[in-house]
Amino acid sequence: MSAAELVTGAVRILLPVLLALVAGGLVLLAMGADPLAYYGYVVERGLLSRTGLEASVTRMAPLLLIAAGLIVAFRAGLWNLGVDGQFLLAAVVVAALAPALAPAVPHWLMVPVCFAVAFAVGAVWSVIPAFLKAVHGINEIIATLMMSFLGVGLANILIKLVFFDPATTVPQTATLAVEDRLARLGATTVHWGVLLGVAAVLAVHWLMGHTALGLRLQIVGSSPRAAIHAGINLRRLTFVAFALGAGLAGVGGAADVMGVHGTVQADWNPAYGILVIPLVFLARFNGWGVIAFVFGFAVLMIGGESAARRVGVPTFFVLVLVALLLLFLAVVEYLDHERRRRRAA
Amino acid sequence: MFTETFVAALLLGAVTAGIPLLLAGLGEQISEKAGVLNIGLEGMMLAGAYAGFAVAYHADSFALGFLAGGAAGLAAAMLMVLCCVIGGMNQIVVGIAITLGAEGLTALEHHFAFSRSYPRLPKAETLPVPGLSELPVVGRAFFDHPPLVYLAVLLTFVMVWIYRRTHIGLNLQAAGDRPAALDAAGVGVRTTRALAVLSTGFLAGVGGAYLSAVGGGLFLPFMTGGDGFIAIVLAMLARGRPTWVLLGAFLFGISLSLTTALQVAGVNVPTDVIQMLPFAMVIVVLVLFGRNSRLPPALGLPYRRGVR
Amino acid sequence: MNAAAAATDDIAIAFSGITKRFPGVVANDGISLAFRRGEVHALLGENGAGKSTLIGIMSGMLAPDEGRIEVDGRATRLSSPADALRLGIGTVFQHMMLVPGLTVLENLMLGAPWWRLRSRSRALARFRELAGLLSVDPDPDAPVGRLSPGEQQQVEIMRALWHGGRVLILDEPTSMLTPKGVAELGAVVRRLRDHGVAVVFVTHKLREAHALADRISVLRRGRVVGALGPEQLRAMGEAEVLDAVVAMMFGRTERADALGEVLAGGVGAGPALRPVDRTRPPRLVLSGVSTVGARGECALAGVSLKVWPGEVLGIAGVDGNGQKHLAEVLAGQRPVSAGSIMLDGREIAALGVPARRALGVRYVTDERLDEGIAGEHPVAVNLVLKEIGRPPLWRAGIARWGAINAHARDLICAHDVRTPSERTPIAWLSGGNIQKVLLARELSPDATLVVLGKPTHGLDLQTTRLARERIRNGAGARDAALVVISNELEELLETCHRIAVLDRGTIRGIVDNRPDAERAVGRLMTGIAHAA
Repeated sequence: MSAAELVTGAVRILLPVLLALVAGGLVLLAMGADPLAYYGYVVERGLLSRTGLEASVTRMAPLLLIAAGLIVAFRAGLWNLGVDGQFLLAAVVVAALAPALAPAVPHWLMVPVCFAVAFAVGAVWSVIPAFLKAVHGINEIIATLMMSFLGVGLANILIKLVFFDPATTVPQTATLAVEDRLARLGATTVHWGVLLGVAAVLAVHWLMGHTALGLRLQIVGSSPRAAIHAGINLRRLTFVAFALGAGLAGVGGAADVMGVHGTVQADWNPAYGILVIPLVFLARFNGWGVIAFVFGFAVLMIGGESAARRVGVPTFFVLVLVALLLLFLAVVEYLDHERRRRRAA
Repeated sequence: MFTETFVAALLLGAVTAGIPLLLAGLGEQISEKAGVLNIGLEGMMLAGAYAGFAVAYHADSFALGFLAGGAAGLAAAMLMVLCCVIGGMNQIVVGIAITLGAEGLTALEHHFAFSRSYPRLPKAETLPVPGLSELPVVGRAFFDHPPLVYLAVLLTFVMVWIYRRTHIGLNLQAAGDRPAALDAAGVGVRTTRALAVLSTGFLAGVGGAYLSAVGGGLFLPFMTGGDGFIAIVLAMLARGRPTWVLLGAFLFGISLSLTTALQVAGVNVPTDVIQMLPFAMVIVVLVLFGRNSRLPPALGLPYRRGVR
Repeated sequence: MNAAAAATDDIAIAFSGITKRFPGVVANDGISLAFRRGEVHALLGENGAGKSTLIGIMSGMLAPDEGRIEVDGRATRLSSPADALRLGIGTVFQHMMLVPGLTVLENLMLGAPWWRLRSRSRALARFRELAGLLSVDPDPDAPVGRLSPGEQQQVEIMRALWHGGRVLILDEPTSMLTPKGVAELGAVVRRLRDHGVAVVFVTHKLREAHALADRISVLRRGRVVGALGPEQLRAMGEAEVLDAVVAMMFGRTERADALGEVLAGGVGAGPALRPVDRTRPPRLVLSGVSTVGARGECALAGVSLKVWPGEVLGIAGVDGNGQKHLAEVLAGQRPVSAGSIMLDGREIAALGVPARRALGVRYVTDERLDEGIAGEHPVAVNLVLKEIGRPPLWRAGIARWGAINAHARDLICAHDVRTPSERTPIAWLSGGNIQKVLLARELSPDATLVVLGKPTHGLDLQTTRLARERIRNGAGARDAALVVISNELEELLETCHRIAVLDRGTIRGIVDNRPDAERAVGRLMTGIAHAA
C-alpha cells in the first residue's frame, strides 16, 4: 500500500467523523448549547478521568460483541437490524439463569454455560428472519426489526411475569452477587468480558479472511448468484450467518449483565444495536478498525451520559451524532466512488 | 366482553391508530412502486409528529399542524432524494440515518422547547357525517372524525385512480419494474423517483402529525414506536394495491387499539403483551403470506443511464 | 429501391464529425453518416467498433463530445431520449426496453405528458394504425411479459414508431428470433422502408445485412471505414459483397480470408470434426428430465439425451425455451423434479455442484458477469470459486493463500489472462479476459462432461474462432461429453456432431451434422414457430 493510499484511506475514515462532529456542533449551537463545552466535557469525563476511562472500556464489551456479530452478518449481505431484541432477550435469560446457577455450580462452569445459553437465545431469535430470507426471499430488514420489537416486549414480559425478583418494588430479575460476576482485570473496574469482545472481533476478522466458511459467506453476501453457481449452499449459510451474528449479540447481552449490571430491570433497553451499525461500516468490516471505533464511541457514550447531567444536553444527542456519522459516511463513500470513476476515465 | 362499548371503543381506536399507518403506507407504496425502498419512513413520520404537534400547539390550529408535519416529512424526504435518488448512495444506510437522526433531533428539540413537560392539545374537532354518525356502535367509530380521516380514506381511492388511469401511475410502475424502459420512453427516471419519495415524505409526515396531534394529543420522544416499519410491511404486502393498505391499516389499528379497549372493558392484560401484538401479527403474516409479497425488480437499486 | 430515394433532400438524419470519448477509448471518432428516407441502411462492425455508442447518440441516450446532427436538414441537439422521440427517431434496443408487468397498450402509452389522462381509445386507434402498417396483430391488453420474443419485438417497433416514424433504429434485432421470426422481421422492415421510413439496421451478421440492406456502412475502431451504396450492392453478388465488407472490417485482406469463413459460417466450412466411437457406452444419459420453473420461466419437460465420449452435442433454439434450465440441471445448480441423469453409468441427479465437479462435470455459464464471477473478489478467488474449502488449497477449512495465489498465477500464465495481478478484483478485467478466467477454471484434461452456454457470445471474431476450434478439439479434455448451448446456428454447425432443437422445454428432434443439417434444424425450429 502506497503512502498516498494510506492518506486517502485515513481521509475516508476520519473525514466523516470530523464532519459529523462539526455538524453535530452546529446542531448544539442551534439548540442553544455550547458545542465546545459539550465536547470538552465528553472527552474529560469519558477519556481523561480514570473512572471515566474505566467505564468507557467496560462499555466496549457489549458493543464489541455486537460488532463482531454485525461483521459476520453484513459481510454475508444480511441486514440484521434486530440486534436489540437478540441482545435484550439473551440478557434477561442470563440474568435469570446466572443467579440461579451461581450457588449450585462452580463459577468456571456457570460463566461458559451462561454465555452458551445467551448465544443460543440470540441465535434462536434470528431463525424466523433467516427462514423468511432464505426460503421466501423476504427482506430481512423488516423481519429482524419486527423480531426486535417482539424480543424487547417478550423480555419485559419475562421480567414482569416470570423472572421477577419479589424482593424489589421495581420489576427486575434476581441480582447476581458481585463475587459471582465476571472477574475484574487487575486493580481496575474493567471486567474480562472486554477481552472476550476483543477476541470475538479478531476471531471474526480471521474467520472472514482465512477460512473457507468466511470466504463462502463473503461470496454469498457480494454475489449470491455466483454463490449458487459455485454450489455454495445459500440457504444454510444464510441461517449460519444469522445465527452467528445474533448469537454474538446475545453473548454481548450476557457480558453486560454478568460483567456490569448483575440484573435486568423492566423497560431497560440500551439500544446498542443500531448505534454499532455505523461503526462497523465506518471501519469497513475490518476488525482492528472496529475495535478503534468502538473505543471512540464508548468514550462518547460515557462522556455523553455525564454531560447529560452536567451540561444539560440529553443523551438523545448521541443519536443525532450517529445519524450524521452514517450520512457523512455515505457522502464520503459516494464522493470517493465518483472520484475513482473519474480517475479510471 | 364483546359489549357494545367495547366494540365501539375498539373500532374508534382502530381508526385513530390506523390513520397514520394508512397515510404512511400509501406514501411508502408510491416509493416502492417507483423502486425506492424507503427505510427512513419511521424518521419521516417522527419528524412530522414533532413538527405537527409543535405547530398545532403554538399556532392553535390542527390544519396548520398537519401541513407542518407534511413539510417536515418532506424535508426528511428531500435528504433521501439528494442522497439516494440523485447521488445513488446506499438507500438502507441513508434510511437508517434519517430514522436515527429524526429520533435524536425530535427528542432533543422537544427537550429544549418543552423541557420535561408534555403539554396536551385540546381534542380535535370532529366533523360528524350527518345521519351515518347516529348509527349505533359504528356511527361514532367511523363517521365522527376530524376531516383528515375522511380525506385519508378518500386518498386511498384517489391512489387507485392514479395508478389505473393516469400516466403518473404508468411512470411509477415503469420506474420500479424496468427503469431503462421508462428512460427510453423519454421520461426521467430520477425525476419520477424524486417526486415519488417526496410524496412519501409528505404523506408520512402528515400521518405522523395525526399520530401526535390527534391520536395522542401530545408529543413523546420516539412515539412512532415502529409504526413506520409496520407501514413499510403494509406497503410490501399490499403489492401495489391501495385498498389493501387501507384494509391492513385498519387491521393493525385494531391490534394497536386493543389495549385501550380492553382497559375500557375492565380486562387486565399486561400492556407489553398488547404492544407486541402488531409486530407478532406482521411476523405471522410474513410467515404465512410472505411468499406472495412481490417487490419491484429494481427496488433499492439506483438508476444510471447506460449502466445495467 | 428507386433512385429518387437516394437524393440528398431525402436525408432524414445526418451526422457530421461525431466524436464521443469514454475513459481510455475514443468510441466514435469523427463519424459522418447520412440516413435516407425509404432506405434500409445497415451498420456493420465488430464488438467495440462503436456501433452501440452511435445508437446511443442517435437515440438521445448519450451526448456526443463533438460534431453536428441534422434532422431534416436542421441542426439539432438530441440531449435526451425524449428529444429523439419527439423528432420521430425511435430505437429498438438489443435488450428489451418494455415493462413486463404492463400491457402492450400501456407500454406504448408510456412517455406521454403526465398531466394527461390515459386515453385508451386514442391509443387503440394508433395501435390499430401501426398494426396495420406492420401487418402484425399482438393483443393490446396482454401483459408484455407473456409475449414471445418475436411479439415483444413487434411491440418495440410499434413503440419506436409511436410518435411518427421518421427514423427506426434496430440494434441487433435478430439475435432473439427464430428463422421464421427473422423472415417476418424482414418483411416488416421492407414494408416500413416502402412507407418512407429511414431504417438503421445494426448487426454483426453479414448475411442478414446483405439480405436486407439497401446501403451498408462499416465501422471499425470508431471510424467509418467503408460503405457500399445501392448501385454497388445491386451490381455485386453475395460473395463479392461479403468479401468486400470483411476486407473493410479487418483492413488487411489476407487476415480476413480466414476470418471470413467464421463470419460467413457455412456448412463444412470448418475443419473436420473428431470422430466419435459410438460402440462405447454413452457418457451422459438423460432420461425424462423435468424441472419446475418460476413464473414466466420455461422449465424442462421430459428431456432425454445421450452424449458419447468425445462427442459435441449442440442445443439449438431460441433463448428462454429451457436452455438455462438444461445447463443448470447438468451442472447441479438446479434440482430435477423428475427423471434421471447418468454420468458414466452413475446416477448424479441428486448430487450438488461440488460433488459433480469432483466427478469431472464442468459448466461455463453464458451469464459471465451475473453468475460466473464474484466481481468484487480477486481473480485468484474466482479461479477457485468452485473449490472453496477443498484440499490442497484449503487445509481443514483454513485457506492457504500462498498456494491459492500461486495456483492463480499458473493459470493466468497458461491461459494468457491479462490482469495487473492475481489480487485484482475480477470486475476490473475486460469481458474477454473474464471469459478466459472462466475457461481456466472450468476446462481441464480430467473433465468428463463440459456444458458450454453461448461460448462465444460477445467475443470478438478472432477469439470466437479460437474458441470454436477449441470446442472442436474437445475443450481441453481427453474424452469428455460436450454440450454446447447456443442460439447461433452457425456456431453449432461448425462445432457439433449432432444438434438437438430445444423448444418450450422439450427436445423437438436431434439432427446429425451432415450437409443438410442446417435445413433440417431450420425445419424443426420453424415447425415449432408454426405450431405456436
